[in-house]
Amino acid sequence: MESSKRRTRYVLKRLLQAIPIVLAIIVLNFFLLQMAEGDAVDVLAGEAGSATPEYMAELREKFGLDQPLIIQLGVYLKNVVSLDLGYSFRHDMPVSQLVIDRFMPTLLLMTSTILLAVGFGIVLGLIAASGLNTWRDTVISIFALITYATPLFWVGLMLIVVFSLKLGWFPTSGMENFSMFYHGWERVVDIAQHLVLPTITLSLFYLALYTRLMRASMLEQAGQDYVVTARAKGLTERRIVFVHVLRNALLPVVTMAGVQVGALIGGSVIVESVFAWPGLGMLAFEALFARDLNLLLGIFLLSALLVVAVNLVVDIIYSTLDPRIEMA
Amino acid sequence: MEFWKLFARNRSAVMGMVILVSILLMAISAPLFFPADPFSLVGQSMSPPGQNGFLLGSDSLGRDVAAGIAHGAKTSLLIGLLATLVAVFVGVIMGALAGYYGGLVDNLLMRTTEMFQTIPSFLFAILLVAIMKPSINSIVIAIAVVSWPAVARLVRGEFLSLRNREFVQACHTLGMGDIRIMLGEILPNCLSPIIVIGSLMVASAILIESGLAFLGLGDPNIMSWGFQIGAGRTLLRSAWWVCTFPGIAILLTVLAINLVGEGLNDALNPRLREHS
Amino acid sequence: MTRLLEIKDLHVGLPAGGQRKFAVEATNLHLDANEILCVVGESGSGKSLTARAIMGLLPKPHVHIAKGQVNFLGEDLAAASEARLRKIRGSEISMIFQEPMTALNPVMTIGNQIDEVFRFHKKMPGTERRSRALELLHDVQLPEPEQALAAYPHQLSGGQRQRAMIAMALALDPKILIADEPTTALDVTTQAQVLRLIKQMQKTHGTGVVFITHDFGVVADIADRVAVMQNGLVVETGTTDEVLRKPTHPYTQALMAAVPSLLPRAARPRSDKTVLRVNGLTKTYSGGGGLFGGKARVVHAAKEVTFDLTRGETLGIVGESGSGKSTVARCIVRLNDAEAGEILLGDADLRPLGRAAMRPHRAQIQMVFQDPFASLNPRSKVGRIIAQGPELYGASRSEARDRALELLRIVGLDDRAYDRFPHEFSGGQRQRIGIARALALEPKILVADEPVSALDVSIQAQILNLLEEIRDRMNLSMIFITHDLRVAAQVCDRIAVMQRGEVVEIGPTAELFANPQHPYTAELLAAVPGKGWFSAENKSLPQTS
Repeated sequence: MESSKRRTRYVLKRLLQAIPIVLAIIVLNFFLLQMAEGDAVDVLAGEAGSATPEYMAELREKFGLDQPLIIQLGVYLKNVVSLDLGYSFRHDMPVSQLVIDRFMPTLLLMTSTILLAVGFGIVLGLIAASGLNTWRDTVISIFALITYATPLFWVGLMLIVVFSLKLGWFPTSGMENFSMFYHGWERVVDIAQHLVLPTITLSLFYLALYTRLMRASMLEQAGQDYVVTARAKGLTERRIVFVHVLRNALLPVVTMAGVQVGALIGGSVIVESVFAWPGLGMLAFEALFARDLNLLLGIFLLSALLVVAVNLVVDIIYSTLDPRIEMA
Repeated sequence: MEFWKLFARNRSAVMGMVILVSILLMAISAPLFFPADPFSLVGQSMSPPGQNGFLLGSDSLGRDVAAGIAHGAKTSLLIGLLATLVAVFVGVIMGALAGYYGGLVDNLLMRTTEMFQTIPSFLFAILLVAIMKPSINSIVIAIAVVSWPAVARLVRGEFLSLRNREFVQACHTLGMGDIRIMLGEILPNCLSPIIVIGSLMVASAILIESGLAFLGLGDPNIMSWGFQIGAGRTLLRSAWWVCTFPGIAILLTVLAINLVGEGLNDALNPRLREHS
Repeated sequence: MTRLLEIKDLHVGLPAGGQRKFAVEATNLHLDANEILCVVGESGSGKSLTARAIMGLLPKPHVHIAKGQVNFLGEDLAAASEARLRKIRGSEISMIFQEPMTALNPVMTIGNQIDEVFRFHKKMPGTERRSRALELLHDVQLPEPEQALAAYPHQLSGGQRQRAMIAMALALDPKILIADEPTTALDVTTQAQVLRLIKQMQKTHGTGVVFITHDFGVVADIADRVAVMQNGLVVETGTTDEVLRKPTHPYTQALMAAVPSLLPRAARPRSDKTVLRVNGLTKTYSGGGGLFGGKARVVHAAKEVTFDLTRGETLGIVGESGSGKSTVARCIVRLNDAEAGEILLGDADLRPLGRAAMRPHRAQIQMVFQDPFASLNPRSKVGRIIAQGPELYGASRSEARDRALELLRIVGLDDRAYDRFPHEFSGGQRQRIGIARALALEPKILVADEPVSALDVSIQAQILNLLEEIRDRMNLSMIFITHDLRVAAQVCDRIAVMQRGEVVEIGPTAELFANPQHPYTAELLAAVPGKGWFSAENKSLPQTS
């Protein structure tokens, strides 16, 4: 009872701590918007072809762009809180609408990537650490080293060359084959087929990271005093590894999984643009080409919020793994 | 020297060093072997490797892939090095102040790095370059901006633990000034981890740079590996070599730097030394 | 009486290329049922590896049994299979360790860790395992065993953790218990309780105990027989009485001569010139608290601490961990800021001074630190470490160098030390360098914070002698922080006893030892291990024999 109350308190505390970070990100977003050359009116005027200075001044007043910076910031904050992220003139749609439409594909890609990378990373790290300095360890370590050094976009392109163009196993791009009008189960299978290459591409780098981390963490924990105690109790090596060492070794891996979510979104920009996966990353790539900064900043904000949310989930998982967290 | 002996014991680190030096030589000698501008159209387009005088083939416009790789080496190494220097410089100052003084400075820094951990750093770099317009300067600044918090966190941690060490307290009881304690007593004791993180950061900076160039955010006047791959991706079906060889160049460079970084880590980290 | 263990010609091999080929050499030991064998030695003597070798727990693969037998009830464990060893570990032979915090799995409850022992060795239903575990925790006198069962290691105190370890080790009533410095990490009063507990459990169960320690006081209190180890060799064995009363080997004699006597030295006349007066010194820490941390607690690290120090005097501040003794020392040298009170050095009150205002006074109060490894900058040459003090106060480079060389000679080191790095020196030599640094500014007062507690007992005596010699030669006054009453008895003219931030008693050493006024002082004195043994009369024995 006491511990569950503590856990609730801990989660609440983390939630409160996230608020200033979210605020800071919104403010950062606002200033980036300011830094960009020209404002929305310039963009509008550019779209229209030509506009008189009077008309532009009128527009500025209408959008509140003649107000002092601090007031504009206040307005921006209010807008963000009410989920108004501005307007994309290229797509002729509110940014929030665009971003939310493209949210699900990215979430799907990220979930499958995290599961693959963390899951396999833990298993490979475990295998490497338990067979220290054997061929298994060497092979896994070399694999991790190489994937850790490979640019994501290049891996994606090479996978397309081999598995799509040469072997024809998986589709080259997109999330589903619209021309087939699949329904129900068939559609799921179709999406899953499209998902394979982007997921593998995006996971590779993180897989290497978690493998190396897990290996190092297992080796460090195996040298701790409590392992000698467990041995002195007459436990089998199997029990020592899987019950005593594993749980302690997982702690830094879980922490890292949270930290890396932000980087994962950055990676998804590249992977989605390589595979034309219709998510936030692809949208960002399009916005980049169209010089649609408003949209780019909207994506930036939403993905930052996503990271905050994922980190919160990771913290909760962590607090169930490490009893000492209650003290903090 | 003892350090080089330890470093040379690590075979993969030596291998990394050899690869890195060759790439460095390639970057330096590029104008010698490929005196023409790598953007110039020098012959038959879409030549496969080994034909029409193209060692690694040519792209859709007849640009020499090999020339691009040789000239791109300079770009990658230069940007990686510059961005790392800026990031390490800023990170060491911030981390040292935060770790040494604690309190408000520390709080501010920790919140900042937390924020940096939260925002997707590659997306942030894209934004910065897009806003500042792509150029060597903006790319270096963008990479440094997203990289310094990692250095600051590391240096802060080192300073935080070292400032409570008894030898630092002894300096306080002697009445030594803060600057002198920070620079003369504490900093020399955390140089090894800074060197290691710095070398690994060069590798990640090269990866970020190639990603930016791939997305079309490279300096338009300078040849880079990422640009080559980005420009060649539409030819994937017909001319695989345009994308493949620059990618291998990135892979080898980053791998070599990582190997050297790990070698440095093993050689500089006395804890590991005792175990090996 | 059954012979439980017979170690014959044991050699523990070290990895090739090291300084020594064997960590333990040609060792013969035996243990009977219902007896406690103490293996004593200084660091590096091989005593811990001997203990680990018995259970087959040597750090693999570098350290291994190279030769010899470990006969347990006639079975050679050195040749036994890993599966057989697993059967024996935890049920027939079990072990407890020095640092119970790291020896317990931090993410597993005490209950589960005890339960594992039952599950792996006996078929028993869950309810019975639980009631057995409760019984065990009750036996080792843990308050509220039910709660301890559900607790994680970090939720218990150091003493409680060690009790839980003992419960776990005795779960299956093993024939042999191996205890590797089990009380070294504990405070002296807790140590006394845990020693009593081990002895009591050993008596009721008839267990044979191999007890590893560096402390002859503990040996005197707990051992039936003693084996003394030096550099991997057993140099002397015998009953406790024989070894402690008539040690035959010169090493044992030297070790025992180095154990400070609890009998205070003859009092010296006290000067009437006061050099330092501390008045009502108070420092608090706020523990816990915060937005969701519940009520903020204010902990007094020092509360109304008052004493004075005269010219040439050594004042001891004695207490257990958390008593505030180090806080007081650090406040006096202004490493910590006290909130209230006065630190009067002559006419100046140092307490409220800012850094710049404090600087002119710094030279007069210098500090010697506890940890000889952490107290010297590993990247600085010894000469620079000592000379930088005088240079800061305006000495020229050559003056500072001469001063540093002179100090090196005073603390008993060679001139060649000047150009070397700290890692080239042993712990005792480093502590000498630390003392030289403190003396470089010609202070009036030396504050020594546990200066010998990280050193082996034979080195301890040398450093204590050096400090005393310097005090007399330079007419220094000294504040000596220690947890060790034996050390305090030998170096201090007066002693202040601290508990929970307060000075509960202060007085001349001899009076305080003979007639403690405060119950806590009496408790501390009673808890000193081996207090019946190493008084002055016993100590004179080795010299006469």
